[in-house]
Amino acid sequence: MSDFFLRALIGGIGVALVAGPLGCFVVWRRMAFFGDSLAHGALLGVALGIAIGVEVNVAILIVCLALALFLTALERQKRLAVDTLLGIVAHGGLALGLVAASFVKGARLDVTAYLFGDVLAISLGDLAWIYAGGAVVLIVLAITWRPLLALAVHAELARAEGVQVRVARLVFMILIALTVAIAMKIVGVVLVTALLVIPAASARRLAPTPEIMAVLAALFGVLAVAGGLGGSLAWDTPSGPSIVVAALALFIATAGGAVLRQLWRERQLGRSPAVAP
Amino acid sequence: MNARVVTLNAAGGSPDLIAAQAISVVVNGRKVLRDVSLEVRRGEIVSLIGPNGSGKSTLVRALLGLIPIAGGTISRRANLRIGYVPQRFEPDPVLPLTVGRFLRMAGGVGRARLEQVLDEVGASGLAKRQLVELSGGELRRVLIARALLREPDLLVLDEPAQQVDITGQLELFHLIGQIRDEHGCGVLIVSHDLHVVMAATERVICLNGHVCCSGAPEAVSRHPEYVALFGTRAAREIAVYMHAHDHAHGLHGDVVPLEGGARPHGHDHSDDHLGHGRAAGGERR
Repeated sequence: MSDFFLRALIGGIGVALVAGPLGCFVVWRRMAFFGDSLAHGALLGVALGIAIGVEVNVAILIVCLALALFLTALERQKRLAVDTLLGIVAHGGLALGLVAASFVKGARLDVTAYLFGDVLAISLGDLAWIYAGGAVVLIVLAITWRPLLALAVHAELARAEGVQVRVARLVFMILIALTVAIAMKIVGVVLVTALLVIPAASARRLAPTPEIMAVLAALFGVLAVAGGLGGSLAWDTPSGPSIVVAALALFIATAGGAVLRQLWRERQLGRSPAVAP
Repeated sequence: MNARVVTLNAAGGSPDLIAAQAISVVVNGRKVLRDVSLEVRRGEIVSLIGPNGSGKSTLVRALLGLIPIAGGTISRRANLRIGYVPQRFEPDPVLPLTVGRFLRMAGGVGRARLEQVLDEVGASGLAKRQLVELSGGELRRVLIARALLREPDLLVLDEPAQQVDITGQLELFHLIGQIRDEHGCGVLIVSHDLHVVMAATERVICLNGHVCCSGAPEAVSRHPEYVALFGTRAAREIAVYMHAHDHAHGLHGDVVPLEGGARPHGHDHSDDHLGHGRAAGGERR
């Protein structure tokens, strides 16, 4: 196995282990579009970082955090719906990033690599960044698991039972921003949300409790990374999209499996399978 | 106006767990509650009734500290533990959650305690079921179990009988009375199901932005403001229900075994309303 492939695999697995559990909360709290907006806006961070000579990862993190706080503040006004605001931030950020990138001269900025990921160009420094950032996210997630779960189950009951709802929300957004920053190298801004949402969605049907769903989501993410990178190597396909395609295949397999099991159960019960309307 | 939230010293001799004095609440620039006072004492069931939009849920949320008050004073006993059963609780199918896991979210709940509390609310055997699969009545019982796990001094139930059929409602109110007897906690119930609440409670507060009237169930049901608010038909229904109490009271010699894990209790049902209500509740199942 060549060095670059091994580094890609280790980096991808690190991201998948973080994106799975956090992605469960994204799914539970219906924040897929929110994650997507931060990811798209992250491209602005890339361009700004390179333009003013700041470490790109740090610039991404700062821009994501700023966008998260900005969106929270804007959510309080009632004239525009949240999804409209997210659409503005996502595409405005992406467009601003692309325009800003065109001002950065020469080969210093490969836009495609940031849009769709360049997993095969991952350096040891990138790996350190992924694992350090990932460890921070997972530790904070473990500490705040209970209030975050209470919030996802029923916000008002959580508040009545003394959960600091605003603090929990803020912590959660910071975790998403961090995850976007570390996942970008692997799948790129356009596909980051896929890594958050698809493994979690695949785990849903198989999990009886939130904790099992989180573990399964991490596992499905790791399988998607391994399968996608393997496929990318075998058929010379782009690595980021290949990982997402592998995740999609897993999702279809679990969904299909659940449907088949349902049909089988109905047959066992002697009833004809329900006809879809 | 001055809004205050103060802590009552238990040694001060006040029997109140929580008390509101002349509070007002403003929501979106509209004064939803004005000059509302009420108190809940240990071992007492207080029912808060009123038509839709009368500010019942707003009052509860203000008492719980979920929304700020614009004026008046809310006093709570020091370290008051509140068990809250919210009005709306729709389990979300995107989040897998068994009953057992949901109850353990209250913290520090072992298996034995879990089974005990499910047994107490008449929901034993549900621990492994998913929350989304429960019926309305089962879900209410599980929510009450969750509130009980907090060892509450005060149990607050917002529309506990919603989406529960009439038999289930009577069983629920029976359960709430039983919990009050066994735990000695104060209970505040919000409801618009007038006739059922009337049976289970010793003090009724009729709310419509302000406190229209309050007192013992019959006194409230005869109060002109109450009749004006709910109409004579509502008042008549209560009268019919009260009559049914007397009937049940006569039959009470042989206690009917109760379903769903609820036990008949052997205490004297001599002449309190609560006894009548329970007896009726028991007989109707």
